[in-house]
Formats: sequence, C-alpha cells, structure tokens
Amino acid sequence: MAALKDIKLKIVGIKKTAQITQAMNMVAAAKLRGAQQRMEDFRPYAEKFSGVMAELAGAGINPDAFPLMAARPVKKVMLILVTSDRGLCGAFNSNLIRDTEKFLKAQQAEGREGCLACVGKKGNAFFTKSPFETLHSSVGIMDNIQMFNARQVGQEVINLFLEGKVDEVQLLYGRFINVAVQRPTMNRILPISTEGLEEGEGEKSEGPKATYTYEPDPEEILNNLLPMFVNVQIMHAMLETGASEQAARMTAMDNATRACKDMIADLTMVYNKARQSAITAELMDIVGGAEALK
Amino acid sequence: MANKILLEVVTPSRLLVSEEVELATAPGTDGVFGAMANHSPLLATLKIGEMHYLNEGNAVRIALSGGFCDVSNNRMTVLAESAELSTEIDVDRALKAKERAERRLQEAEARKGDIDLARAQAAFARALTRIHIAGH
Repeated sequence: MAALKDIKLKIVGIKKTAQITQAMNMVAAAKLRGAQQRMEDFRPYAEKFSGVMAELAGAGINPDAFPLMAARPVKKVMLILVTSDRGLCGAFNSNLIRDTEKFLKAQQAEGREGCLACVGKKGNAFFTKSPFETLHSSVGIMDNIQMFNARQVGQEVINLFLEGKVDEVQLLYGRFINVAVQRPTMNRILPISTEGLEEGEGEKSEGPKATYTYEPDPEEILNNLLPMFVNVQIMHAMLETGASEQAARMTAMDNATRACKDMIADLTMVYNKARQSAITAELMDIVGGAEALK
Repeated sequence: MANKILLEVVTPSRLLVSEEVELATAPGTDGVFGAMANHSPLLATLKIGEMHYLNEGNAVRIALSGGFCDVSNNRMTVLAESAELSTEIDVDRALKAKERAERRLQEAEARKGDIDLARAQAAFARALTRIHIAGH
C-alpha cells in the first residue's frame, strides 16, 4: 500500500508542476505580444533613422574625418552580449553564451584581445566567472526596456571606443525570426560603416540629391547622429532579445507541460497496475481464507 | 490636399503624429524654422523645445527633447528622442522634474562637473518646455 500512496503523491506533484509550466507558458505568450508590439513601434523610428543616415552618407562625406567611423588596426575587440534577465527559457541564453565564447576564443587565436559588455543578468552572471574581462554590465533592465537604457550602454561603449580602449565593437543578440525560431546574430556597430545603409537609399529619394539644405552643415549633423545611431542599434538588439526570450520561454514551457503530461500518463498506468495487483492479492487472501474454513 | 505637407513625428516608442498639415515649425539647433507644402529638401538637427503644427485652424503643440528633422518630397519627418502632445503632459510631474533639475543644476555648478552640468541643463530645459507647452 505504501508504494501506491507514493505513486499517488508523485502524480499530484507532477500535476502541480504542469499547472505552473502551463501558466508560465500563457504569461510568456502575453508578454511576447507586448514585446512584439514594442518592436513594431520601434521599427518606423529605426527605418527613418537609417534613411537619414543613408542620405547623409550619400552627401559625400569622408568617413575618416569622424572618430566613430574611422577604422583602425584592431588590437582589442569588444562584444556587447544581450541576454535575458531570467532563465527558464530553454537553450536561448546558453546559445548566446556559447556563441560569445566561440567568438572571443577565435579573437584570441588571431592575437586580438577580447572583452565584453553584458546586457541582461544571464550573460553577466556567466561571464563574471570567466577569464574574459567585462567592461560594462547592465542588468535587471530587460523587463522594461527603455531608450535611456540603450543610451547608457551606448554612451559607455562610445567612450571606450573614443578613448582607444577598444578598437572594434560587435553586438550579439537573439534575433527574433518567428515564435519558433530565434537566432543569435552578430553585427559590427563600431566603427560605423555606411555600406549596409546605402542599399535602402533607392526606395525613397529618386530625384536629384544635391539639393538638400543642411542645418547646420552635414559634418555637424553626422556628429550628432552617429552616437544616436549606435544607441538605436543597441535598442533594437534589446527589443529583439526581449521578444526572443518570451518566445523561447513559451516553447520551453510548452515542452515542459507536455513532458509532465507524459509522466502523469505513465505513472497513472503504474498506479493502476499496482492497485489492481493489490486487489488481486487481497482477493486471493480472502479466497484462501474461505477455502481454509471449509 | 495640394497645399499640405505630410508631417510625421516618430519616437523610439511610437509614431506620435502622421497627418497632412498646413504648417509645421520645429526648434532647429540654428533657430526655429517652419515648413509648408513643397518645402525644399532640408536636414536639420533639433534642440529641446517646442514644435507645433497647424491643420484646418487647429494648432497642436508638441514638446520635443532633441532629435532631427528631414524634409523632402513634401514630407516632414521629425525623429525625436521623446515627444509629447501638449494634452498628454503631466504638469505635476513636469513641475517636480523642474524642481529636481534646479537642485541638480545648483549642485553641478557648485562642483563644476561638466557632464553633470550639461545633463542638469538638458533636464531643466526639457522640464521648462513641457510646463510651457502644457500652458502653465
């Protein structure tokens, strides 16, 4: 009988776990909708921004005149790693962390120094124990992503770049492709290159381009815009990671709920079998006793 | 329609305004400028301040905190770090922000920290703009 009771308790316990994972799945689904909405809201800003940058890039600017655009020999590379603050979202953070390690080791192999800036608790917690240097960390901000968070990170990174402490900055984040797929993606954000921008140019400005009036002059505008452009990219990465995190959690919790259901089915089978054999044994006892009385 | 320009005010968190207007003005770094239909292409940076637009006799005021503006193809796009319509401004909050900024301004001046001072000045300008626009 003791075995029966143990199984029963186990089933009850697993049922409760299933309830929790199911609830977490639904919470993640609701948060995902919010995160996706924010991504949608941010898109027009980012698109317009790129458009204006492309416009300026087309105005015949010498990239070497701008400290943020000037490429120099790379001795130290910084990677901004954007992860989530919370776990329980499957392999999402582990994938990002694995890619980070791979990248940093590859840099070392090529004789460059690698260092990190961590946005999000998970990446930060992992890399505080690693030999790689973490020059900046922002944690506890992924629940409510605001532009000023991105600006803070951007400012810090830009300062490091301008002081010559790092020569190149890469940004790694979990790109949201759809609810089922999130892909770690890496972009170079410093020095800024205008190459990627120019393809978006053809769509809106067909007319003669030289007629633009600049107030103040293009150089000054670009000087204002470049740091903001870095912030916009970081913001974008944070929003993408936020949405990916929720999507990954939804999938993970869905899997967990399904695993719970499977376990409950198996255990119920075991329970029923044990109960049946207990009843059979009892019947045998009674029958045996009755036989003995005859 | 022919005499209007499409105004779009975009911030990182939302598309605040997207409509055809008769006139729009914006606080450029080199001075306030206005744009009407068929304005020549212009790219300007904006400072903290007030922009407004006129549509069918209604004037709407918006508090901007810096950004830039692109006018081309009969379309004016304002990209701001943050923007609020005069009707949305929480005056109490703005007043509190002003007091806070004043205090910081004094502290920063006492300490002569350049960055702190610049930040406090910006915060002060933002708060003032918002209070002004909200009509207080």
